[in-house]
Amino acid sequence: MDGDVAIRARGLSKTFGTLKAVDDVDLTVSKQRIYGFLGPNGSGKSTSIRMLCGLLTPTAGEIEVLGLQIPAQAEILRQHIGYMTQQFSLFTDLTVRENLEFLAAVQNMSARDARARIDELLVEYHFEGRADQLAGTMSGGQKQRLALAGAVIHKPELLFLDEPTSAVDPESRRDFWEKLFELTDAGTTILVSTHYMDEAERCHRLAILERGRLVADGSPAELTGALEGRTLLVETEHQRSARAALMKVPGVISAAQIGNSLRLLTERGQAGPEKMQQALSDAGIRAQVAPVEPSLEDVFVAVTHSASRAEREKAEASSEERS
Amino acid sequence: MNTRRLFAVLQKEFRQMRRDRMTLAMIIGIPIMQLILFGYAINLNLRHLPAAIADQAETSASRRQVMDMLATGVIEPVANARTPEQLMTLLRRGEISVGVVIPYDYERRLALGQEAIQILVDGSDTVVQSAAAQLAQVPVGEPPPENNTRLPNRESSVPQRQSSVSIVSFYNPQRVSAINIVPGLIGIILTMTMVMFTAVAIVRERERGNMELLIATPVSSAELMIGKVLPYGMVGLIQTSLILLLGTWLFGVPIRGSLLDVYLATLLLILANLTMGLLISTRAQSQFQAMQMTFFVFLPSILLSGFMFPFDGMPKAAQWLAEILPLTHFLRLIRGVMLRGAGVFELWPDLLALVAFIALMMTLAVSRFRKRLD
Repeated sequence: MDGDVAIRARGLSKTFGTLKAVDDVDLTVSKQRIYGFLGPNGSGKSTSIRMLCGLLTPTAGEIEVLGLQIPAQAEILRQHIGYMTQQFSLFTDLTVRENLEFLAAVQNMSARDARARIDELLVEYHFEGRADQLAGTMSGGQKQRLALAGAVIHKPELLFLDEPTSAVDPESRRDFWEKLFELTDAGTTILVSTHYMDEAERCHRLAILERGRLVADGSPAELTGALEGRTLLVETEHQRSARAALMKVPGVISAAQIGNSLRLLTERGQAGPEKMQQALSDAGIRAQVAPVEPSLEDVFVAVTHSASRAEREKAEASSEERS
Repeated sequence: MNTRRLFAVLQKEFRQMRRDRMTLAMIIGIPIMQLILFGYAINLNLRHLPAAIADQAETSASRRQVMDMLATGVIEPVANARTPEQLMTLLRRGEISVGVVIPYDYERRLALGQEAIQILVDGSDTVVQSAAAQLAQVPVGEPPPENNTRLPNRESSVPQRQSSVSIVSFYNPQRVSAINIVPGLIGIILTMTMVMFTAVAIVRERERGNMELLIATPVSSAELMIGKVLPYGMVGLIQTSLILLLGTWLFGVPIRGSLLDVYLATLLLILANLTMGLLISTRAQSQFQAMQMTFFVFLPSILLSGFMFPFDGMPKAAQWLAEILPLTHFLRLIRGVMLRGAGVFELWPDLLALVAFIALMMTLAVSRFRKRLD
């Protein structure tokens, strides 16, 4: 393995009974980077992370993390990684300091090193004056900060974060990401899963997962750049009827209502602004159509669209039958 | 095995235990409650048992005998009966607990030194059985005042007196010895609390998500398991001391063997139960399931170990099953040490059985516990 690759996985698969939770995923994560897993619930993000840190045995595929074969060498890997679970998994009936003391000891730090490091973390993660508060009595943002402090107590080379910000307010999320960038500056590699687009945009590199399959992989700029010319903004007062008219135009993948406007995503080389304008005036709707910068949300819709369109149409048909 | 990590797990357990009021209450509360509840069974001074008397002789002597029995206050007539059959019906219906039969030939039997009075007892209640024994102490055929004036004679009349009242126990011919209860109670309480504590302790960490974090750290299965077992082992020893103290202080239970042997036997039972709890915890998916599985161990332990019913009276199959249960072996050890003054090493087969059980359970638990989620 070359020196600047932290994680390499080939053909990674995991089956639970008949469910293919992760299906033939290849990925490469460079060192000192924040690598994001973007996908809806049930897309295989957690399962992938658990396999990469050796908590789940893959049904098929090869994993190499920090030069170690996983799951065979998972026990050695555990000293070099930090893992933050989706739900708060520190002890709610221990205080902030007690939790950190426990984790430091479990990570084999000497008592003196542990004390110094804990004092450092208490300041860095804003727990001054709260060291003796029970973890269970803290707010979502505080718990999440504590969990991160616990995960990095032994200064791991690699950090796995499974939806770390799902239970916190936007401000705490911003602070949290500041911390993540500080960590990568200090040399840590971070693999983080999320279903927030704004968080995904902050990652150096991104993998989009959909039903266990890796459907896109690249930097956010690469991913959005690939959609250049396929996104349009429609300004109109009659969004509902405009949407209905536009969805009938061939090549339109989605038309999402955003405030007073509609955001259109179209197939490549199809349907320029003029064609849309025409379709709207044919339907008697006054509107202005203009190209717009693609966002990660558009990327997400574009890559997941082909897989889910068939099923969505089926669902719509059956709901119409019922009504 | 790394001592620093093991110590960290131990310290964490003690800190959590200290904050868990419900568990603390159980640790202290269960032994005290059980001992006091069972204490009523040990306390045999029962009064006012519902009774019926069938005096078929109807002589002045028999009437005086009835009055003497009533004077003890142990029985209180609540129904009328003429025949032993009527008494048995009343007994079966639960209307009376004690029936007294004085036969037609009461005085002739007395004269011949035969059993002159029959007491029918509801043997399904062992407390009542013991009370009937008190009734049997009532002198038969001679009025008590006269008796008191002839002390030397009284000594010699003891065997005759005992044979003149016969107690027939229905439904449960065996009698549980009261003194057997406290040593056995140590075993019962430890089986109940220890298995449950450990089983629940690990499953709770799984339910709360702590386990996923723990297994992603370098801590080993053995460190986790031993770190769980030791604190609860100490709790078990505290409970044992509490029961021993209360047992000797409140009920005068003897400790005829060495106290060290008592603790050695108890420690083995504690470890046996804790390791069994660990094994349960590796299987149970939820705390509720862990409790259910605990009951699968607890019920046979109570019923088959010899705590409730004498071991030798059980069918062979039940005896074999009982040999698997640690409580069976513990009861033999603790009764031997506390009541017969034996040394634990004289009872080595049971000692060995417990050690083997612990080794097996610990090995199974550690090998079954995977640092994996699948």
